[in-house]
Amino acid sequence: MRKELTGPDTGSDNLPAEEPIPNPGLPSHTWRPTDIDEAAARRAERQIASMYLLSMLCVLGFVVTYFVADVGDNWDTILGLGASTVGLGVFLGLALLLIGAATIQWARKLMSDVEMVEMRHPARSSDEDREATLQALSSGAEDSGIARRPLIRNTLLASVGMLGVPAVVLLRDLGPTPGQAAEADYPGAGLEKTVWTPGMRVVRDVVGTPIRTSDLEIGDLVNAQPEAIFPSEESGLPELHGAELLIAKSKAAVIVVRMEPETIIPGEGRDNWSVDGIVCYSKICTHVGCPISLYERTTHHLLCPCHQSTFDLSDSGRVVFGPAGRHLPQLPLAVDEEGFLVAQSDFTEPVGPTYWERDHKDIGDQGEADL
Amino acid sequence: MSIDTSKVATSNSSAATAKKPGKAGAVANWADERLGLGTAMKKNLRKVFPDHWSFMLGEIALWSFVVLLLTGVFLTLWYHPSMAEVVYEGSYDPLRGVLMSDAMASTLHISFDVRGGVLMRQMHHWAAMIFIASMMVHLLRVYFTGAYRKPRELNWVIGCLLLLLGTLEGFTGYSLPDDLLSGTGIRAADGFMKSIPVVGTYLSFFLFGGEFPGDQIIPRLYMIHVLLIPGILLALIAAHMLLLVYHKHTQWPGPGRTEENVVGFPMLPVYAAKAGGFFFIVFGVTAIMGGLLSINPIWKYGPYDPTKVTAGSQPDWYMGWPDGALRIMPGWEFHLGGYSFALNVFLPIIVLPGLMFTILLLLPFIESWITGDKREHHLLERPRNAPTRTALMVSLMTFYGLMWAAGGNDIIAITLNSDINQITYFIRVAVFVGPAIAFWVTRRWCISLQRHDEAKLLHGYETGVIMRSPEGGYSERHLPISENAAYTLTARDRDVVWTPGSETDESGVAAPGGRLDGLRAKLSTLWFADNVQKPTAQELEEARHHAEHEHALTAALDGVAADGHQFDGHHAVEGESLRGS
Repeated sequence: MRKELTGPDTGSDNLPAEEPIPNPGLPSHTWRPTDIDEAAARRAERQIASMYLLSMLCVLGFVVTYFVADVGDNWDTILGLGASTVGLGVFLGLALLLIGAATIQWARKLMSDVEMVEMRHPARSSDEDREATLQALSSGAEDSGIARRPLIRNTLLASVGMLGVPAVVLLRDLGPTPGQAAEADYPGAGLEKTVWTPGMRVVRDVVGTPIRTSDLEIGDLVNAQPEAIFPSEESGLPELHGAELLIAKSKAAVIVVRMEPETIIPGEGRDNWSVDGIVCYSKICTHVGCPISLYERTTHHLLCPCHQSTFDLSDSGRVVFGPAGRHLPQLPLAVDEEGFLVAQSDFTEPVGPTYWERDHKDIGDQGEADL
Repeated sequence: MSIDTSKVATSNSSAATAKKPGKAGAVANWADERLGLGTAMKKNLRKVFPDHWSFMLGEIALWSFVVLLLTGVFLTLWYHPSMAEVVYEGSYDPLRGVLMSDAMASTLHISFDVRGGVLMRQMHHWAAMIFIASMMVHLLRVYFTGAYRKPRELNWVIGCLLLLLGTLEGFTGYSLPDDLLSGTGIRAADGFMKSIPVVGTYLSFFLFGGEFPGDQIIPRLYMIHVLLIPGILLALIAAHMLLLVYHKHTQWPGPGRTEENVVGFPMLPVYAAKAGGFFFIVFGVTAIMGGLLSINPIWKYGPYDPTKVTAGSQPDWYMGWPDGALRIMPGWEFHLGGYSFALNVFLPIIVLPGLMFTILLLLPFIESWITGDKREHHLLERPRNAPTRTALMVSLMTFYGLMWAAGGNDIIAITLNSDINQITYFIRVAVFVGPAIAFWVTRRWCISLQRHDEAKLLHGYETGVIMRSPEGGYSERHLPISENAAYTLTARDRDVVWTPGSETDESGVAAPGGRLDGLRAKLSTLWFADNVQKPTAQELEEARHHAEHEHALTAALDGVAADGHQFDGHHAVEGESLRGS
């Protein structure tokens, strides 16, 4: 029964001539109770049919649930999921499971379980087929004259290849280049700029109210935005909507913290960037751009919840732990004549994740490039 | 005992008899005259598939994909792939009046104003989890049993592509609701793209239609999610199944099962019923999970806002391992000639997954290059009988697992109340040391199991009967295993180390040596080193002869309680003696 375990084109020298134990051949078939006992077979038949019947009942239950349990007002009544969801899911699930179980039971109990043997064939085609195919290919090539006329072949290949160009060129309008985006006319356009402008008030996130230095205790942290995100009639700033609003927020969000003024180690040229121990940093992580919000007031460390980069806010936003490669950009602060916190200028470097051309465009004093 | 089997169904071995054509026959005739179905279906209707529980894992992936298609179509009926700014006015009170994208608002609409909407969303998400998880487990099954060897290498490649595309499909899918969690993921993806040297910013600006986040990304991801990737997935699944049918399924070795045949049940009716029934099982389990297990409750996260984030933000689990690599990577970023190299992002999230995927794709080719095995294989191998292969995958799994754990380093720190910095430092070392240890342990473990098999073959199985010799020594009695079990244990190839010049062409001339021959021979030696080979017929004969001799010595004790504990004073021992004489 047993033959050498070889493919058609391999030597059999890898294998010993004889196997330690000869193949005993397929074990004889054993009959199941349902094969030999008519009562057992009828019992199995009844089980299977009842499962199909129960499945139909579950569909009824599904329909009843659909019309009886409404989603709008009971969305968390059962397990926080809603009667409708639980009812529909369980009835649909049972209806399906019963059909599946019944059908498999049918196969296991009543369909023949005599094993069949089918011979395999090697994956490769026979030598004759290969020969015929090669013959057909060369006849075709011969008839076309493609080998004799290389000029046609080469220009055909080149022209079809050129069709890739329209396919790629057509994608050009997917978006502006970074340079074009920087020229766009929405506020703070481009990777190098944000909506912060000199004298713009720092306002609280969500409510948009300006912040006085006296509002902050030592250790306080405020999630803040530029006033441009919450324009009022008084400020005369344009209202931002849709993509412009999201783009502005994604670059301009800041956090304002107050610490003992003597704990601040100002970076080079940053001596006057804080106000009474109040410092302001970009909220956008320099790693991959998550907003950072976990602050530890005793150490002045700020931790990004996405990948745990940790920045020291008393030391120019230096990276003290984690995968970020660059300090957090700092926003120079001042106080306006009404006593509210304002920005001295836009950020002096691009915010957010590092990108290829980041160092290329000098947008002013980057101060502590060594950080 | 006599059994009347005259009425038993034996149709598996008898041909169906033709009857007069009825109505069905007329329809069949109509179709066959136009489609030639008879010839096409003749062979495949009764195609034989072997039976084993592990062959069902890929089927789970197939059926969960069907569930994904069905539930996905349902969701598209209400979902709006639009980032237009709207004010939510639906049934969910806590978010009423909040500004959000139309995508988020329509997802909330599906969840709270469409009956069965939450169910379908949760079924879709759970089915995606099951789809990817079952593909992974199926991949491991195929690998550990050596089913990817010739002629199935290309089907392995297709399977790997399915896993990669399934992962991307998952990512694009869970980004669609435009909620806070998925938006954070897209934000990170923007950072990943920007880390790519030279073209990074352009890729980002083209994908987002301008600056992040813009108003293009959701409709574009939607197109990729419902059209582009599913189309490719369908085509690849079709190719995967066609190759499966063409190659015929692998089978476990055993009595009567050889490289030349396939033993099992026919497609019609057994596998049509079993596989068809299994579709309903997978569908049903998904429905119950969708009904009872909450997943991705976007209403709790709220709409995306680029200034907000929640602690513990993590991608879906299958994106966890590259996220872990990102977390443990040191902050290497350097600047040269006015350009930035963000290696801290580029290496772990762009280079590493690409590298791992390439290794995965190449595994069958690497193995056959090292072993020099160019034969077709249709019988599966037990993992223990390919110790280096098994160890290699366990090593990769260890790497994956450690990276995955790193992706939850904040959760681990909170749960274990430990220091996230220490955990991160530990994993930085462990991702290098762990796979090496895992490789070594697995390899030795496999070889130990091989030795155990050999002992069973040569000396029989352990009966648990302890014998005491007259001299007072104790030994365990072994009895021979059955002929079928013994055959199954020996139904495997002997390992052959590849040596330079062992490959010959048709006329028997040795192939010219390549530059890498030395390395290849060394790797081949290491690949098989210390493996236990199955005994020869002669060794087996000697061992059996020896065993019979042993049995003869102890046969006198048969039928007697072997440990002699009946002489402890608590048993009646009349008529018994310790030696059983």
